[in-house]
Amino acid sequence: MNLHEYQARELLKAAGIPMADGDVASTPEEAEAIARRLGGTVVVKAQVHAGGRGKAGGVKLAKDAAEARAHASRILGMQIKGLTVEKVLVVPAAEIASESYVGLIMDRETQRPVFMVSAAGGVDIEEVAAKTPEKITRLPVDPVYGLLPHQALALAFTLYQDFAQVKTAAKIMQQLWTVFTTNGASLAEINPLVTTPDGAVQALDAKVVIDDNELDRRPDLAALRDESAEEPSEVAARRANLTFIKLDGNVGCVVNGAGLAMATMDLVKYYGGEPANFLDIGGSSNPEKVVNALRIITRDPSVKAILFNIFGGITRTDDVANGIVTATKQFEVGVPIVIRLTGTNEQEAVKILNAAGMTALNDMDEAVEKVVALAKEAA
Amino acid sequence: MSIFIDRSTRLVVQGITGRDGSFHTRQMIEYGTQVVAGVTPGKGGQMFEGRVPVFNTVADAVRETGADTSVIYVPPAGAAGAIYEAADAGIKLIVCITEGVPVMDMTRVMPYVRSRGARLLGPNCPGLITPGECKVGIIPGNICAPGRVGLVSRSGTLTYEVVNQLTKHGIGQSTCVGIGGDPIIGTNFIDCLRAFQADAKTDAIVMMGEIGGTDEQNAAAFVKASVTKPVVGFIAGQTAPKGRRMGHAGAIISGSSGTAEEKMQAFEAAGIAVMKRPVDVVALLRARLK
Repeated sequence: MNLHEYQARELLKAAGIPMADGDVASTPEEAEAIARRLGGTVVVKAQVHAGGRGKAGGVKLAKDAAEARAHASRILGMQIKGLTVEKVLVVPAAEIASESYVGLIMDRETQRPVFMVSAAGGVDIEEVAAKTPEKITRLPVDPVYGLLPHQALALAFTLYQDFAQVKTAAKIMQQLWTVFTTNGASLAEINPLVTTPDGAVQALDAKVVIDDNELDRRPDLAALRDESAEEPSEVAARRANLTFIKLDGNVGCVVNGAGLAMATMDLVKYYGGEPANFLDIGGSSNPEKVVNALRIITRDPSVKAILFNIFGGITRTDDVANGIVTATKQFEVGVPIVIRLTGTNEQEAVKILNAAGMTALNDMDEAVEKVVALAKEAA
Repeated sequence: MSIFIDRSTRLVVQGITGRDGSFHTRQMIEYGTQVVAGVTPGKGGQMFEGRVPVFNTVADAVRETGADTSVIYVPPAGAAGAIYEAADAGIKLIVCITEGVPVMDMTRVMPYVRSRGARLLGPNCPGLITPGECKVGIIPGNICAPGRVGLVSRSGTLTYEVVNQLTKHGIGQSTCVGIGGDPIIGTNFIDCLRAFQADAKTDAIVMMGEIGGTDEQNAAAFVKASVTKPVVGFIAGQTAPKGRRMGHAGAIISGSSGTAEEKMQAFEAAGIAVMKRPVDVVALLRARLK
């Protein structure tokens, strides 16, 4: 789960990381009040889960409170990469002497959190990693011992010569380690970590991503979820315990299992179609889940045909068949459905479907070819 | 021979009295797996369905029954604890089916498991099966058939799809292993490739990968250097958008790394035959199993 910058800032501040004062606003009036309280030049920053906020006009410098208000009224409600800006962060504009990058990511290969530190900060770190990997220092950290003092110092020495700055940066790295581990993050980064002309070291921007698996035991973090920043169909799906991702095509897909769901999307593409979504109904799928899945998919007007691809293992295919029949009785699906099912209770499933005037296929390729053809006809 | 499990495997089920644990225990017994014990703290002394003794701790189960393998069906909050307990009790193969284990827990679990000399499979995996001998986990036994093709996969139902194709076309399997869809897992592709390469009863290997991470790329390099048996591979997620988690916690393209394209190229460069569709597995294997 991605946190907004203003939420990530709170986690960093709570760990003691030096950051300029600032606050979040939902209205131009609030933004003006914050700017007045801060005094001087401020930056008004759109809070959306999208990169390239600056380029999109979502980050503006304001020399006083009135200008902050004007910027906020333009930025609030603005669309950035399809997402509506609901909040802006107002922070003092810092004078910057140097910009560095300090990040922690969960690394699959070493199976440890890895520090990534670079004196080339303030830019996209992926780009630095791709073009000039030698500018990044990486350090996998043993989670049992944490970041040891000498490790923090060694990392800080790659950023600064001034020993006072080195000590501050080392402390910030310890604090970022605390943010990462105590919140079950998969990413925690400060980009940029700046020095000001008077020599102070502080974090200017913060990004934190929380491991989704952490949310069940951390209701405080789960509460930070901003559903207004998500695709409404994805919110509805999560509430129905479905994993759903909206895509741009016109073939709706209902599948059990993530790997098979991906392979099904790929096969749609292979036969010349475009998948409208990723949808995993999960292992033990009761009929209710299938009804919810169909409801969510049929809400998308670009969907021209729907494919069920169910391989019954723990999932009982008769449950799925019952769900499809129930759904078609409850509401108008409006587009053709192609059903492929095989495995557990397949014969019962076919009977249930046949009794409702529907048929089922047994072969995945045949089903995908058919649904792609139907979607093309309807398009 | 097969890999990791066979008819001599003695299994303890952690979470045997839970909904999933009890359902799958019945299925495993029916398949012929020697389920020698169950563990549910507080229910020690009971019998599961009149035939499997339940213990309070894994250590008790190991001492009383000689269990050497465990399978874990406990909820995510207790899964890491269950793995620690199994490793401490001297279990050699720990299979964690549970989905949703926090990744931070896994960073601490892995060094612990290694220090005890145990192997972990999963978490978030369907387990494994040596057809005709033993199944540990949730892979449906009826779609498998004994034979000489080893299969390793990051997915569950996609594995079933491919196994089903193989069985339907008369190609049996030595062992099918689901390594799991999480970012940090106990057993990776290379571990399974190495075991299949060494297994006298495996003639060819099928590898089912997906987007996210570099495990497939590393496996491809390993195949090139150390595997002499034919390998056929598949990558799911060619149409997956970047930066989105496709159901599996580990199935995410970060930046430009972990794409299906990159992995398929790595396969091809290593001489692994790449399936375009799951159904292609049959023809590609036949061409290499003359």
